[in-house]
Amino acid sequence: MSNIKKLTSKRLFLPVFCMLLVMMVNILFDLFSGNFPFSFFTISVRNGVLFGRLIDVLNRGSEIAILAIGMTLVVSSSAGTDISVGSVMSLSAAFCCMLLAGYGVSSANELAVPLIVGVLAGILMGCFCGAINGALVAYLNVQPMVATLILYSAARAVGLLLCNNLIVYVRDDSFKFFGGFCGFIPTPIVIAAICIVVVSLVLKKTALGLYVQSVGINKKASRIAGLNSARIIFLCYVVSGLCAGIAGIVAASRISSADSNNIGLSYELDAILSVALGGNSLGGGKFSLAGSVIGAYTIQAITTTLFAIGVSTDQAPVYKAIIVIIIVAIQATPLKDYFRQRSAKKATLKGGAVR
Amino acid sequence: MENNVVLTMRGITMTFPGVKALDHVDFTLRKGEIHALMGENGAGKSTLIKCLTGINAFEAGEIHVDGIEGPVVNHSTMDAQKKGIATVYQEVNLCPNLSVAENLFIGREPRTRFGTIDWKTMIRKSQKIMDDLDMNIDVTQNLEEYSLALQQMIAIARAVDMESKVLILDEPTSSLDDNEVEKLFRLMNRLKSQGVGIVFVTHFLEQVYAVCDRITVLRNGQLVGEYLVEELPRVKLVAAMMGKDFDDLAAIKSGETPDFSHAEVLIDAKGLSHRGTIKPFDLEIHKGEVVGLTGLLGSGRSELARVIYGADKNQTGTLKVGGKEAKINAPIDAMNLGMGLLPDDRKAEGIIGDLSVRENIILALQARRGMFKLLPMSKQIEIADQYIDAVQIKTASRESLIKQLSGGNQQKVILARWLATNPDFLILDEPTRGIDVGTKTEIQKLVLKLAGEGKSIMFISSEIDEMLRTCSKLGVMRDGAKVGEITEDLTQEHVMKAIAGGGSNE
Repeated sequence: MSNIKKLTSKRLFLPVFCMLLVMMVNILFDLFSGNFPFSFFTISVRNGVLFGRLIDVLNRGSEIAILAIGMTLVVSSSAGTDISVGSVMSLSAAFCCMLLAGYGVSSANELAVPLIVGVLAGILMGCFCGAINGALVAYLNVQPMVATLILYSAARAVGLLLCNNLIVYVRDDSFKFFGGFCGFIPTPIVIAAICIVVVSLVLKKTALGLYVQSVGINKKASRIAGLNSARIIFLCYVVSGLCAGIAGIVAASRISSADSNNIGLSYELDAILSVALGGNSLGGGKFSLAGSVIGAYTIQAITTTLFAIGVSTDQAPVYKAIIVIIIVAIQATPLKDYFRQRSAKKATLKGGAVR
Repeated sequence: MENNVVLTMRGITMTFPGVKALDHVDFTLRKGEIHALMGENGAGKSTLIKCLTGINAFEAGEIHVDGIEGPVVNHSTMDAQKKGIATVYQEVNLCPNLSVAENLFIGREPRTRFGTIDWKTMIRKSQKIMDDLDMNIDVTQNLEEYSLALQQMIAIARAVDMESKVLILDEPTSSLDDNEVEKLFRLMNRLKSQGVGIVFVTHFLEQVYAVCDRITVLRNGQLVGEYLVEELPRVKLVAAMMGKDFDDLAAIKSGETPDFSHAEVLIDAKGLSHRGTIKPFDLEIHKGEVVGLTGLLGSGRSELARVIYGADKNQTGTLKVGGKEAKINAPIDAMNLGMGLLPDDRKAEGIIGDLSVRENIILALQARRGMFKLLPMSKQIEIADQYIDAVQIKTASRESLIKQLSGGNQQKVILARWLATNPDFLILDEPTRGIDVGTKTEIQKLVLKLAGEGKSIMFISSEIDEMLRTCSKLGVMRDGAKVGEITEDLTQEHVMKAIAGGGSNE
């Protein structure tokens, strides 16, 4: 009994529990439809690369996971959300592809500039966008929602402008790498893993984590204690932009093109949801990066599951919404308190019976 | 009810979560008088006004207004206005981009037969109001064309024209210069002669004696008393506001005051100021010296300390630290020069509530080391344990969240945070507020011990005896200016006289 209690009081218990719940649905579905019950977890090797639903979740969930990292820092430090990340993804992709293909070219078979230049420029574009958001929020005290709304609506259009209103295709094989395979593992999984590990290490080895949480909890007190609150918030938005840039490159590489209208469309919502599903308060302060990452993959698992069950793309959001409501409700404090009270009551009743 | 009374409040009681903001407060306003409502910040002046105007709902008590049967309960400012109670606040609550006439009649514009606004009548009436008050104003101009003082007076004119019997002026003079204040007073006296009862809330003592007839003093949500101005000299007023009657209290002499005039000067401020809060001041603090800052709450004590520490931006003047000129733009600059500030508002500016005791203790030290030199966890634990022990913080564990601790222990954690940085100059702003007596004594002892180790301390407190016990020099603050220093004859009586200032009314 006490072991269970210890387990449930762990910070990451609920996010993990929700993830397991989604997997459970998969197992039950496969069981009832007569398939092998654990086909969700089956990983096979086809054409020399890994294959399976689990791999698919990890692969497709990479962009959301990368975005969730930056979003976690933004939410923690400024108690606000960066809603521009989806659009910034699109802009970074467009800028990268425009450079690689050359301005005004709609389809290039050869690279106009070295691959690394295009990719780095795309990522830097993301950082630049993050810096704009950060400056507005941290130094001009604009509300995060309003500040990032600017790039939410503008970045995608700027991307189109850079691409001369075309969908720019980069048909060079080297560019396909970021959305393709690294050995036998899908590259996006590797990129997401690197991002997660690097940020985790930075949080562990520097005082950034302490600073961000401190500023997020009490900005004024942090300043008095010697922190440059504004600069820390600014930094978090730059990191969020950086993450959006990386995710944009991955998304563009998957389809070998910069489809400005579709890349990263409504990804910001998934990223925010990841943070919330990870048990982080959207009111800022304490955060758990692991929680957000688990949240990101949970969202992707839901999507993949729905497709596997045979729900059409148009209807998927309805089911997704229902599942999200359930997950969020499980983590909601009033409901938690309710269950705690009920179990306490039960315990006292039991105690009375024994006596 | 006396027949010249326009407003009585009896037994008004109101609680904010955890605090009794007003405790059976009585207030009486007579026709044609200017009645000052005095008290330190947090004494309950604003709360009382808000109960009257319907912004706050009070729990017990009755309000009676002349000409209205039975007790009155207002639910909004509009409600109060209909009953003849008008309020003018510190900030002008009018529309700067509308004309003076529009501002005067907003919400009650005269109408023509067709229901449209009768501009002619409105302008004619407005001009008459202004002329009646001897105000030379073109009512068709936008309000923003006129100075703040005139805007303030237009706001008052608007309130009066709505046939108010009671006019509440809440800190109307804080943004006005002397000349403008003079004009405002003339207007107030004029209204007084017309039989309006005026409630005047201010913290400028001089102004009270310049215009008021009567004074009601509040302290900690309780009524201290109602006095005629002639009966209450300045020193007695200050004593009433602070809850100390120096006639009754035996003057406590501090022991031998050490002479610091030959000691090394650590902090040397020349003409240091902060726009809008603190007028230029000079201050010298020697090594190992404990300097107190005294004055009423809101007199600029905290602000002066904050200017030195760089907590509020835009300091002007020169500041030398250890003989070298220092430019402090942010707290971290001050910290790098060996300073620390324990702010008076513990909750808003001190603790990081959701972080643990350990994290709260090491925060300032970590901030000074910079982001990339994270203190190893073993070191963090060592420091946290060392100070939990040294200042005797009562906590379940070093990993408990600071918000779960009692106020006194939270304060000790913040103190530990600064001790961990080993500062040369520590500013303690109300370190003992809301703390039990035992902890108070501990903190005072600690201050003396630190001074003994050669550290300089600035000690700010509302409790004079506490400062007499610890400080060797006192700076006296009044209305945002440092008005003097007391180095000799440190007695309660002497200090309170200095705080009250001005010999004319003694």
